[in-house]
Amino acid sequence: MCGIVGLFLKDKSLEPQLGALLSDMLITMTDRGPDSAGIAIYGGAPAGKAKITVQSAEPEQEFSGLEADLAKAGIPASVTLKSTHAVIEIDEGKLGEIRAVLAEIRPDIRIMGSGESVEIYKETGLPKDVVSRFDVRAMGGTHGIGHTRMATESAVTTLGAHPFSTGPDQCLVHNGSLSNHNNLRRELKREGMSFETDNDSEVAAAYLTAEMAKGKDLGKALESALDDLDGFFTFVVGTKSGFGVLRDPIACKPAVMAETDQYVAFGSEYRALVGLPGIENARIWEPEPATVYFWDHEKAA
Amino acid sequence: MPVFDLSQTPLRELNSALHQIEKGANDIVFEVVNPRGSHAVAVGIDSPVTVEVKGSVGYYCAGMNDGGTVTVHGSAGPGVAENMMSGTVVIEGDASQYAGATGRGGLLVIKGNAASRCGISMKGIDIVVHGNIGHMSAFMGQSGHLVVLGDAGEALGDSLYEAKLFVRGTVKSLGADCVEKQMKPKHLEKLAALLEKAGVKDVKPEEFKRYGSARKLYNFNIDNADAY
Amino acid sequence: MSYQNPYTPPRKSATFDDYTLAEIRRAAATGIYDIRGGGTKRKVPHFDDLLFLGASISRYPLEGYREKCDTSVVLGTRFARKPIELKIPITIAGMSFGALSGNAKEALGRGATLAGTSTTTGDGGMTDEERGHSEKLVYQYLPSRYGMNPKDLRRADAIEVVVGQGAKPGGGGMLLGQKISDRVAEMRTLPKGIDQRSACRHPDWTGPDDLEIKILELREITDWEKPIYIKVGGARPYYDTALAVKAGADVVVLDGMQGGTAATQDVFIENVGMPTLACIRPAVQALQDLGMHRKVQLVVSGGIRSGADVAKALALGADAVSIGTAALVAIGDNDPHWEAEYQKLGTTAGAYDDWHEGKDPAGITTQDPELARRLDPEIAGRRLANYLKVMTLEAQTIARACGKNKLHNLEPEDLCALTMEAAAMAQVPLAGTSWYPGKGGF
Repeated sequence: MCGIVGLFLKDKSLEPQLGALLSDMLITMTDRGPDSAGIAIYGGAPAGKAKITVQSAEPEQEFSGLEADLAKAGIPASVTLKSTHAVIEIDEGKLGEIRAVLAEIRPDIRIMGSGESVEIYKETGLPKDVVSRFDVRAMGGTHGIGHTRMATESAVTTLGAHPFSTGPDQCLVHNGSLSNHNNLRRELKREGMSFETDNDSEVAAAYLTAEMAKGKDLGKALESALDDLDGFFTFVVGTKSGFGVLRDPIACKPAVMAETDQYVAFGSEYRALVGLPGIENARIWEPEPATVYFWDHEKAA
Repeated sequence: MPVFDLSQTPLRELNSALHQIEKGANDIVFEVVNPRGSHAVAVGIDSPVTVEVKGSVGYYCAGMNDGGTVTVHGSAGPGVAENMMSGTVVIEGDASQYAGATGRGGLLVIKGNAASRCGISMKGIDIVVHGNIGHMSAFMGQSGHLVVLGDAGEALGDSLYEAKLFVRGTVKSLGADCVEKQMKPKHLEKLAALLEKAGVKDVKPEEFKRYGSARKLYNFNIDNADAY
Repeated sequence: MSYQNPYTPPRKSATFDDYTLAEIRRAAATGIYDIRGGGTKRKVPHFDDLLFLGASISRYPLEGYREKCDTSVVLGTRFARKPIELKIPITIAGMSFGALSGNAKEALGRGATLAGTSTTTGDGGMTDEERGHSEKLVYQYLPSRYGMNPKDLRRADAIEVVVGQGAKPGGGGMLLGQKISDRVAEMRTLPKGIDQRSACRHPDWTGPDDLEIKILELREITDWEKPIYIKVGGARPYYDTALAVKAGADVVVLDGMQGGTAATQDVFIENVGMPTLACIRPAVQALQDLGMHRKVQLVVSGGIRSGADVAKALALGADAVSIGTAALVAIGDNDPHWEAEYQKLGTTAGAYDDWHEGKDPAGITTQDPELARRLDPEIAGRRLANYLKVMTLEAQTIARACGKNKLHNLEPEDLCALTMEAAAMAQVPLAGTSWYPGKGGF
């Protein structure tokens, strides 16, 4: 009921093409979900800077004068508009503060994600429209993930679109259906996590964030997920420097991976991968059930 | 002699040490200082150990004692020596409510007064109180002896089974199904033995009155319904 | 009779129905209230009024066999050094030797052990038969303290401080003289043949503040090894659960009004307490409010009969359930095999509840050696094990259909209610709606 894709580049020369490659992968998966689409691009930011991606139902009105209003509130920022979204670049140290300030000066703005590296764009509609609306093809970066959604039990809204981000530079796309997300959401709420939707995938994202907040790396957090998340899932997750894949122990939801010297790629179907350079000679495999796959730029370096 | 200063040492260490005494290791004397009203001091003793507690204790001191000799040089909180199996517990000061509750054996001596419900649900323990006892004492007492040198409060021996009660002073009132009974030679003999065991001198068994169950509530009869 | 003078058929009062009339006459004739065993017989909203929402397209079900559905549960993870690990989330509730024969207690121990679960003593102490045949035995700490001693406390696997039970929250026990045999009398330090009354309050503590100290004492005596359960009858489950947790419990056992008793006044059984269904959500809410859900385990009892009931109790937030009446039926209570003898006692198989009289034809609720011999503890134990395993399989079947690889992943959101009453009590939506009474804060 959803299509997911992911691309983790090992070869720096491909980085300028990340947006274009990922866009084509996602558009190929359109049949698997017509309700909404989203993409997260990890592109790095200048040292000491952080980015926050916001969305508005009335972008012209809400985003106008945002830079000036933020400066007045003591947060020097540069705001780049992209359709319904805007990326606000600020000093890294202001990342904690800006949420409260935005809630005050632009209460209707929704935060899609934040961190040193990630930008997240998502909207209702088809992948091709979403991709062109945000000009994703023009974006470069180190890794990225994408999702096209067929909604099951929760609403078709911008916030209900994937990727879900619940922590700095963390996001997740999910194909499947969790069966214990209500209980888990209640537990996580008590631990202080907040939720924007009734979506099961948001619970998975929040769960991973909470586990990583306890000091686990993404790989270890995904291992715990095997014990604590029930139901069916294929997850592709991104962190500032890492990229992970996990399928549940039953592994009914599809997943295909390809690896070459230049990249690691993930698609719900093989079709999503066929446009990648050198795919003919890539190692192609289906991830094993209950097995954590995890790549990290920092660890590889 | 091991000394446990409860202002320095956790309670757990004291009770743990008391439970680890090997069989046959006699003459073990423990001293507990600075109990400062702590609960559950020297509970679950299952060997013939001696514990001298220098100060006052909280709830359930010497609870479930089975064979130990515990002396509290101070006063005891609620439920001292509750469910004692055997051994001796001596309170130099006063005891709060529920002293000797459900005790099955052994001897509990309270040199001061005991508060309410002394010997509640007693099942074989012997209790000797030098002073007075409070209300509802020996409620549902099943077996054993309660000896009181002073006075007893309201509703002594309410719903009594076969516990035997001896009071030297006045009884404010008797509980349901509790009556004064004839003091027979065998009772005087038993009482004399208990007084001696409890270190009571200059008091004669003949100075006491005996109370026990009228046994009217043993099997239900609607004409006794007022007692329910 | 004619057109001018039509016949009016006799009409009986709904208020003064036949049963009521008979009770008035019986009371007038005998001068004693009706005492009986079992739980409430009146119809109350129950698990039958809830249904599961199986998976189809938005959710995916699990296959049997290879796709595991874990049923294990650990009780007492909060403070105890030795928590109880159970293979199935169904335990055997406390029933006393005295109320039951030695053979019946042995059968319960054998059955529970075969099925990988625990059994529980009752008001009257621990017997060697029971300890010997129960791999995991919970020792009840009751107001009466009959048979209570530190040796048994230490050879128990857990301690259950009984504050109340569902059949009679706020009430004590009653074992009539017929059942006080020599052995029962000795274990309870009572004269033979008298009516034994058990107190309704503990002799040496009252309320949660005292209870906290009582729990400390029990932990100190047993060197912090044993899980401490607190059992309450379903009446004010939110507060009672919260207070048990605050007092330091490892496990809360919550018994609804369908829960049985060996012998209590019928008027008490039928008019005091709340249905099991109504008890669970407030108790779970209390645990959640304290951040203790799944950390202090909740065991629910009272009218559990099938794997569906088990699954529903777990979905509403329980960690395990406990059975008493159903376990007795499994080992042979009220079996139609003894119909002729039930008739002689003026009753019929399925309705026999004079457990206090000690004349049980099935040889279970009796101290008569002749009757007790009728129950073969090995065969009866096997029957109980079979029943426990069937219930477990049933619960797994349902959980798999809801896409769960653990029974404990069932959620309230997997349920809908057939009636407004059940919807309100279980706080799950009326079937086909997204609403239940009380939702929205009124």
